[in-house]
Amino acid sequence: MTIPIEWLISYAFPPGLILIVGGLLLPLTPLNFRGVAVLALPILTLQVSLAVPDGVLLYHQFLGYDLQLVEGNKLSRLFATIFSIMAFAGGLYAFRHARVLELSAAFVYAGSAVGVAFAGDLITVFVFWEVMAIGSTLVVWAARTKQAYGASMRYLAVHLFGGVVLMAGVVAHVQATGSADFTLMKLGSVGTWLILIGFLINAGAPPFSAWIADAYPESSPFGMVFLSAFTTKTAVFVLIKGFAGTEILIYVGVYMACYGIIYALLENDMRRILAYSIVNQVGFMVCGIGIGTEMALNGAASHAFAHIIYKALLIMSAGAVLQQTGKRKCTDLGGLFQTMPLTCICGTIGALAISSFPWTSGFVSKSMINTASAAEHLTFVWFMLLAASAGVFLHAGIKFPWFVFFQKDSGMRPPDPAWNMKAAMIFFAFMCVALGVYPDPLYSMLPYEVNYEPYAAAHIAEMLQLLLFSGLAFFVLLPMMKRTLTISLDFDWFYRVAGPFIARNVVEAVGKLGKALEQGITREVINAIAFIRQHHGPTGPMARTLYLSSMVIWVVVALGFVLVLNFARA
Amino acid sequence: MSDTSGKHGDKHWLVQPDTIRKLWIGGIALLIVVTLFDIWVHKHVHFGIEGSFGFYSWYGFATCAAMVAIAKGLGFILKREDTYYDDPD
Repeated sequence: MTIPIEWLISYAFPPGLILIVGGLLLPLTPLNFRGVAVLALPILTLQVSLAVPDGVLLYHQFLGYDLQLVEGNKLSRLFATIFSIMAFAGGLYAFRHARVLELSAAFVYAGSAVGVAFAGDLITVFVFWEVMAIGSTLVVWAARTKQAYGASMRYLAVHLFGGVVLMAGVVAHVQATGSADFTLMKLGSVGTWLILIGFLINAGAPPFSAWIADAYPESSPFGMVFLSAFTTKTAVFVLIKGFAGTEILIYVGVYMACYGIIYALLENDMRRILAYSIVNQVGFMVCGIGIGTEMALNGAASHAFAHIIYKALLIMSAGAVLQQTGKRKCTDLGGLFQTMPLTCICGTIGALAISSFPWTSGFVSKSMINTASAAEHLTFVWFMLLAASAGVFLHAGIKFPWFVFFQKDSGMRPPDPAWNMKAAMIFFAFMCVALGVYPDPLYSMLPYEVNYEPYAAAHIAEMLQLLLFSGLAFFVLLPMMKRTLTISLDFDWFYRVAGPFIARNVVEAVGKLGKALEQGITREVINAIAFIRQHHGPTGPMARTLYLSSMVIWVVVALGFVLVLNFARA
Repeated sequence: MSDTSGKHGDKHWLVQPDTIRKLWIGGIALLIVVTLFDIWVHKHVHFGIEGSFGFYSWYGFATCAAMVAIAKGLGFILKREDTYYDDPD
């Protein structure tokens, strides 16, 4: 493997293209070779990504601008690493059951996320950003249900809108500064604001948070594993790189963390619960980016790394349940721990990791964000993040495993899923624990030097108190959380109900008005024609041919009249 | 959680009432123990109230209860049948 890597690096081949080109060639790959390709492509991408040195590696001239197709630094290598690991585990989970179109789209999607991670200028970011939108839309679409089709179109509409905003921002920024370089920006100009909004739409920030819970759960059990990882975390990456320390992000992040909890508590669909908790977790990261100190940014970056793993693990375990039972709603599930023990254990490890339980990956990453907020004396933010941390355990850490694997006995006795799906879950469950117990390799990859000891006795005690009492609240308040066959209205109501309603009514009213006008005009024209026809038509008095005799009589009368006049004058 | 009805024999050991009762007892004992950590562990206090005894315990419980209540309240406004967005056809 060393020769192709040196070769690829020496030609400065963008690492993301390995997955993109490989993904596009996947449908042409012989069936018995496809599994090997699915596993080998991410490994190759990982090796090439890790070999990218610091600095700009590949220039390209485009419309007079220097495009920096590959620019390496610690942050981009960190994100490319986790994107590659994710593509590997997702591929392992999916390759035997997912359609080849889905795998192909997922790899193009993953590859463009790696592309963004190494993009050194805003135009390159934009190009990979749009490829990502198309790839992910195809992944949603690949579920081939009517719901998935509708959801994929709404998803595409939101992301194309986000893309247009980003493009407008990039154009304005390049106009103002004369450079397309992607570096830390200061919020102020129209361009930077639009770029920030474009990034935040992909992060699931308000008011555009609903697309995550709308689109992702409609994808296939395999598709959602990929979807959960790339779009929102690429947004986290570009926010760290472009907008670290932008104060407004602190409050956007806190809102997202709370939004995710409340909506997940109201939700009945296990995959939508997990989708809402993506917004919640990305909220912690966005908040860390807003705080902007070295510790906060390390926290946001490492939390993105840890989050991709435990969230994918949770979604894999939900996907296994969906695959084996065909059910997604908590009201239909329960008692599955008896016959799906491995899925249950892996799902529970993912649930502990998302809750930042000590000795799991979430504990060593998220706590840096909380600690950074305390160090900056952000009292309100610190209390909110602490409450949100307790809330994570409530809405995802216990709620998900409890309603899916325990609660009442649904009577279903499905077995654990196929070996490759189990292998992918075991791999990620191992990663969750390994990163938690031994975080040093992760810490060494972070953008700044880590001066943080997660396993202080006080910190372990605090987290255990917070989480276990959150668990107590869950079981004490369980009667208040009885599942109902409901969904919750969100901002997407405006473009799913209000927008179409207004559009339909406006179209109808305009149509009616047009019709009335048309009818009125037609009537008037017809009347005018009839009037003219009456007087000037073939039978009208003005156009009638008269008889010669009557003509003679009229001439005689006229002459007689002239005669009389002459007499009268004389 | 508290299904105490009838035959225990055909139930998985984990969901038998006996086990559930033991789990509750064990759980409550664990809650007490972790709260008592405050006696032995020296905390680095950033904000005044954080120094109160068992702060993380009561704060965790209280905020979770508040979030459940808020969600419940918002549910009255936001909840719709899960067929709400389905096409009428």
